[in-house]
Amino acid sequence: MDINLIKSQFPIFTKKIKGKPLVYLDSSNSSQKPTSVLNSLDYFYRNEFSNIGRSIHSLAVNATNKYEETRTSIKNFINANSKDEIVFTKNATESINLVASTFGQENIKKGDEILITELEHHSNYVPWHYLRETKGAIIKFAPINDDGDIIISKLKELITSKTKIIAVTHLSNVTGTIVPIKEIVEIARKKNIPVLVDGCQSAPHIKIDVKDLDCDFYAISAHKVYGPTGVGILYGKKKWLEKLPPYIGGGGMINEVNKDKITYASVPEKYEAGTMPTAEVIAFNESIKFMESIGIQNIIKHEKELTNYALEKLKKINSVKIIGNPKNKAGVISFVIKGIHPHDISTIVDEEGVAIRAGHHCCQILHNRLNLSATARASIGVYNTKEDIDILCKAIENCRKVFELK
Amino acid sequence: MDLKELYQDIILEHGKSPKNFGKCEKYTHEAKGHNPLCGDQVHVYLKLNNEKNVDNVTFEGTGCAISIASTSIMTELVKGKSLETAKKIVIDFLNMIKNTQEIKSNDLDEDQKIKIMSLSGVKQYPMRVKCATLAWHTLTSAINGKKEEVNTEVID
Repeated sequence: MDINLIKSQFPIFTKKIKGKPLVYLDSSNSSQKPTSVLNSLDYFYRNEFSNIGRSIHSLAVNATNKYEETRTSIKNFINANSKDEIVFTKNATESINLVASTFGQENIKKGDEILITELEHHSNYVPWHYLRETKGAIIKFAPINDDGDIIISKLKELITSKTKIIAVTHLSNVTGTIVPIKEIVEIARKKNIPVLVDGCQSAPHIKIDVKDLDCDFYAISAHKVYGPTGVGILYGKKKWLEKLPPYIGGGGMINEVNKDKITYASVPEKYEAGTMPTAEVIAFNESIKFMESIGIQNIIKHEKELTNYALEKLKKINSVKIIGNPKNKAGVISFVIKGIHPHDISTIVDEEGVAIRAGHHCCQILHNRLNLSATARASIGVYNTKEDIDILCKAIENCRKVFELK
Repeated sequence: MDLKELYQDIILEHGKSPKNFGKCEKYTHEAKGHNPLCGDQVHVYLKLNNEKNVDNVTFEGTGCAISIASTSIMTELVKGKSLETAKKIVIDFLNMIKNTQEIKSNDLDEDQKIKIMSLSGVKQYPMRVKCATLAWHTLTSAINGKKEEVNTEVID
């Protein structure tokens, strides 16, 4: 695969930041967008715009068909059984909130337990916290070891007869840990506990096969998969989506409305109330096509090579400490430099056109566990090159110079 | 802009070895501050004497070089001043950082003016302004006897 050819599909890389070429190492936060996605948005708004659903006219029929084509693409992308198992949401956060709220309404009562892990992003903790506040649920955290791997034996021990759901990330946005979801689902299956997977970080970087994982729910954000903002995916096994109550009420999600009675549409429309981000859903199909045109195995190989290259180079820089050393690591590299706060690192490397993130990355539980208030994070996307890593390392050396570290 | 304008030697020195760090004895006022965006935390302890002069002011906390240096410099500038003068210095500083005004105060000597102006480079980095202002807002909160933690997302 030709990285320069891939990079050339992203117009943002022709831009300069502070007079320097952009080195974008913040893809865990959000990815950049290829021309095909941008063109799709523009083309649809200019030539084909219509709302989807009920209207009979030609534009509406075309828009509806294209919107549904994305659903089919996602179904194939994650290997779901049926396209009815794919619900469009605003983002992965909303997908998780949808499950926490609807599942919680029906299945959680006082004293029931929700099992999450110390790796979770706030988006896979706060929605469950609402159930702690409103229903008196108990949230348990499966611990991690210092490498950043979930201690599966401890997770097993935390399961009781009161555990009603397990919610776990597929890929940590801090340590890059790829979590053995299949193993966790197998444990949960024996006790008949459903599993929600936060796939926000994993979707752009590893092969997702929900049939093979056998998880009950899987959440994705389009904007991290080289797609537009404003679109998320909730995969849910059909039995769950049919059983759970609706989430947001309004147009499009009903079957029949009377003064004394309302019936709801079948899935997935039951969960897609109001006008959806039509253009963005349609453009998301182009990001899936973009990923597929490269091939997920090629993406994995390229990013693995780059991650190893970055780890090796960073470790050679004096006083840089990499956070976590998980068994299976993706291209998310959090680090600290003794004597320089992550925010100062971020400001200084920005002068070289290098975009990284600094802070707790919406993972305060994890940072507390690691006794860190903040870390700097370089995260890799398919468009990154070894040269990007070299520029990052040079910029980090410059941090040491500015701070006069020996 | 040259990074050295932001990370001047005075800032690096105060960032590395902050003055008045720790909890002072017999403090009369205290307040906590927090910047939820980056996690910077500061706890300011203020000791006023009967004449309403700042007998001592110290702090504990974690943060970036800008935030620690700004806090350290603040404690140096208000220590020994009357409460009214301390308040004026805080207003002067916040004006300088946010409204690009010069330091007008007659209450600071030349050396102190250099110290406070060393923080003026922060103006060029909008995302870092809150790092510099957190401690000053927290000192105001301590003076006013506010109970709730200062949150830069709410006040700035």
